[in-house]
Amino acid sequence: MSDVLDVRDLRMRYGKTDVLRGVNLAARRGEVLALLGPNGAGKTTTIEILEGFRMRSAGEVSVLGTDPAHGGEAWRARTGVVLQSWRDHAKWKVRELLIHLGRYYAPYSTADVKRPWDVDDLIETVGLTEHARKRVRNLSGGQRRRLDVAIGIVGRPELLFLDEPTAGFDPEARRDFHDLVHRLSDREETTILLTTHDLDEAERLADRILILSGGTIIADGSADELSRRMSGQSEVRWSRDGQRFVHAADNATAFVRDLFRQYGESVEDLEVRRASLEDTYMTLVRQAEHSVARRLTAVAA
Amino acid sequence: MNPTWNAVRAGLSRGWIEYRQSLTTPSDLFTILLVTGGFLAAMILTRNTHVPGTHFSLGTTMLVSVLGLNIGVNGLATMGGLLAAEREDGTLLRAKAIPNGMLGYLLGKVVNVSGQMVLAVGTTLIAGTLLFGGLAIGRPGAWLTLIWVLVLGLLATLPLGAVLGSLFPSARSAGLMTLVLGGLAAISGIFYPITHLPAFLQWIGQVFPMYWLALGMRSALLPNAMAAVEIGHSWRHLATFGVLSAWAAAGLVLAPVVLRRMARRESGSNVAARREKAMQRI
Repeated sequence: MSDVLDVRDLRMRYGKTDVLRGVNLAARRGEVLALLGPNGAGKTTTIEILEGFRMRSAGEVSVLGTDPAHGGEAWRARTGVVLQSWRDHAKWKVRELLIHLGRYYAPYSTADVKRPWDVDDLIETVGLTEHARKRVRNLSGGQRRRLDVAIGIVGRPELLFLDEPTAGFDPEARRDFHDLVHRLSDREETTILLTTHDLDEAERLADRILILSGGTIIADGSADELSRRMSGQSEVRWSRDGQRFVHAADNATAFVRDLFRQYGESVEDLEVRRASLEDTYMTLVRQAEHSVARRLTAVAA
Repeated sequence: MNPTWNAVRAGLSRGWIEYRQSLTTPSDLFTILLVTGGFLAAMILTRNTHVPGTHFSLGTTMLVSVLGLNIGVNGLATMGGLLAAEREDGTLLRAKAIPNGMLGYLLGKVVNVSGQMVLAVGTTLIAGTLLFGGLAIGRPGAWLTLIWVLVLGLLATLPLGAVLGSLFPSARSAGLMTLVLGGLAAISGIFYPITHLPAFLQWIGQVFPMYWLALGMRSALLPNAMAAVEIGHSWRHLATFGVLSAWAAAGLVLAPVVLRRMARRESGSNVAARREKAMQRI
């Protein structure tokens, strides 16, 4: 079966600035992908090209088997986009708005996927049952974001785009949202592409993490795979005679064996921590930035 | 189920929902009452003044002309203003993100604004008839003329309003449109017969639909003898039909091109950028 997402050598240039310089990525059905990267790395540009909202400069892009630049309405019906709301549809009631927006999907119902999502079930799924009859303008910030998610999935998309979905969520809303993402990918087999700045979130949600820096993907793998790439950087903490020690070891196992040989039973509170995703992320992004800087210096020279 | 037909029906229901919402929102209702009340006050004040050269009430003439103004303002400023505001706040982007959403959105807007227009014309007409006499509403021809001017007025102004709304960069700048329309009303013979203006202003006034909408309404609802004070001493139905049709044709040709171009440019980051900008202003 062909991939839900297949992007090859995607390039984007604004004036004389190259924002994307050859992005490659792919996703299988039901996979959750997190796109990480510093501000200005091109995450939003990438996602908007895949959504069909922005024209690319060059490269091959296939989303659900179609080039999003020419995706018709039937293609649109199979995708979902979670947008950050502001003050749109302020006078609409939650349930009324979801029923209305859902209507557009009805002709695209198939034997496998019944569209749109049943409205009361959907409202319950995103946790807005108590607020179903409220006007949108009377919702709190967190409730509005839940509504944004509901609007994004009302057509039961095969592929869902989430650009910084949990910005402004409180911890409880964030946990609920994570449960929803798991439910969508496990039970509905929805493929999800999300961008986030929250590394913890990426680790918890994503099957695969892509790091975008300087306009290219500099790392692609599960959180585990990425940190194993940096496995030299384990941190060992222990205490001895009431004093605390921290050591960054290349080979943690060998180091700990040595530690016990030397001090035996006086070693207490031992902790060995593999590099976290955050450490891995920082290392990778810094390396990428250095290599760009080196390249630029070389060009200048 | 045909997707286009389905979106058409969704759009009609969208328009009806939005129309109902504005009728149940106190601030919207207040604006309608304020504007209608303001005009009625002006008419009452000029009730006993005569249109120069006649014994007919200037207030009654103004009442009828204001019906034409209502069509112009709703079709251009309300339509344009809503479109600019809803592009800014992301409503349009949401429409773009769902299948056939733009079709439904635009149709909804047309239904909603037409509804508001009919409401404005209706309330002014009813209040005016109760307060003033002298309207020639007994003739069957009066209603026929009123309806064709209204329908042609919708066609002449709504697409044009949508084009204007797409061209303005923000909701705030679209507010300028109301000012311009106010100026246009002054030279369109709404408040005073156009024949008393300098010739060049008469020409400018006659280029735009507003003058013809008001003239059409006067021809429908005033006694035939009142044609004597118009340009050419005639209601000029043929010219009215011609000018309004020309504007309708121009709008209907331009609107799809301009709207499509505008829609193509919408994306999440555009809306986010405008939100930032609007927040800074507050």
